[in-house]
Amino acid sequence: MSASTDSPARRGAAIKIAGLRKEYGSGPGRVMALDNIDLTVTPGEFVCIVGPSGCGKSTLLRILAGLDHATSGTLTVDAAGWPVPNAMVFQESGLFPWMNVETNVGFGLMTRGINAGEAADRVDAALKLVGLTRFRRHYPHQLSGGMRQRGAIARAFVTDPGMLLMDEPFAALDAQNRAILQAELTRIWDVTKKTVVYITHSIEEALLLGDRTVVMTAQPGRIKRIIDIPFPHPRDVIALSGSAEFGEMKLAIWRILEEEVQRARAELAL
Amino acid sequence: MSNMSDKTAERLLYLVSPIGLLIVWQILLMLGFGDRRFIPAPTDIAVRFVQLTMSGELITHTLVTLWRVFAGFIVGSVPAIAIGLLMAMFRPVRIFFDPLIAAIMPIPKVALMPLLLLAFGFGDGSKIALVAIAVFFPVIVNTYAGAANIDKIYWDVAKNYGASTWIMFTRIVFFGALPLIFAGLRISLAVAFVVLVAAEFVASKTGIGYLIWNSWELLQVDYMFVGIVVVGILGLITTVLIQELERLVIPWKQ
Repeated sequence: MSASTDSPARRGAAIKIAGLRKEYGSGPGRVMALDNIDLTVTPGEFVCIVGPSGCGKSTLLRILAGLDHATSGTLTVDAAGWPVPNAMVFQESGLFPWMNVETNVGFGLMTRGINAGEAADRVDAALKLVGLTRFRRHYPHQLSGGMRQRGAIARAFVTDPGMLLMDEPFAALDAQNRAILQAELTRIWDVTKKTVVYITHSIEEALLLGDRTVVMTAQPGRIKRIIDIPFPHPRDVIALSGSAEFGEMKLAIWRILEEEVQRARAELAL
Repeated sequence: MSNMSDKTAERLLYLVSPIGLLIVWQILLMLGFGDRRFIPAPTDIAVRFVQLTMSGELITHTLVTLWRVFAGFIVGSVPAIAIGLLMAMFRPVRIFFDPLIAAIMPIPKVALMPLLLLAFGFGDGSKIALVAIAVFFPVIVNTYAGAANIDKIYWDVAKNYGASTWIMFTRIVFFGALPLIFAGLRISLAVAFVVLVAAEFVASKTGIGYLIWNSWELLQVDYMFVGIVVVGILGLITTVLIQELERLVIPWKQ
């Protein structure tokens, strides 16, 4: 974070995905999870991916995170000048239960051998950014779901990643906490200008947060449409969600998605 | 407030059954049921207990037994924890150790005593080795189960955040397995006393097991009961100690 404010010109990583496919298994039991994905993400862009359950959106994110491998196709991430290419925020916070908040947040610095003094400063700043300073010595089980997710976001930001990969990070939260954290995330993103790839099943969330929304098809996951979100930054997510334009866009994207949801349902019923 | 008194009531209730047993035992013998030469009353045992403690004999035997349990416990559990974790992290390690564990675990460990006497002699070495072997199996099985059941998300997080194999081992797998490691240690503690006392019956001139068996051979039944009671007390104290240790090192467990 400090580095970002030092050099405001610095922008997040660039991502180029071309003809990416992912298959599980082999022979007749083979399942195609992702088919022919082409996507270019420009530095500093906030891209949301929506799609029906099982469309492979999480798989795509895991491939971006280096946790999974594509069967074919190319993926290039240009994160030159960034100490860490990517950091992921998982659906459930994934904070280690055996570490307190502070140690959890500093984990990505410890693994990379950042010296203790610098790490402590950066952890301080990250905790402040997400408002967890008072809870630094707490263990995850002592925190609410929203606070745990804040911790997970701090753990990602503290490593100063070129891109942030978020897998439905607020899906498990109640509506109020979700709204608060969405506002926080846009605020932090406005400051840091990192590239963000954000998976969600909520069209509303995609519209509130993203510059572009990628709509995916049901299995096998393909890109059905990419929609530009015209709302200017910085956004007031609460006010925005009440506007007429927002409602219209939400409906338009829902129409595109609806077909896929029906199709996914029909396939499950077979 | 009512919570506090509930707790106190529960603790008192906890003492009712053992104290009740002792009282019934005492009364029956005082009424003439049973021969006090073979079945001493609790008071007889208590008197003998004080005598043996004063003479220092009981202390010596207790210390010897405790040392053997402690040393065997460390020698057995440290490698068990290390190998158990490695089994969860590396498939070949698991494939290598699985059949060995399956084959050796069901062997009654006391049956190995003659072999251990041959290898380590009549002194503490053979007894410590026996305890170590007996402790090793429950600990390795629990450690592996604990590490193998660590939620997948923690492996993913660790990998995504750049954890090396060493950090994975020391910061993720070890701590993730710790609750079950302690379950294994608690089981092992009981097993350790069982095999050690049995070994001391025949293969030792010191220790509580020796005291029990030797007293039996001399028909000093009250001495024998003192030995049995001491084993019970040692088991209780060490179990409480291990539970306190668990609370201390696993602060995240509610």
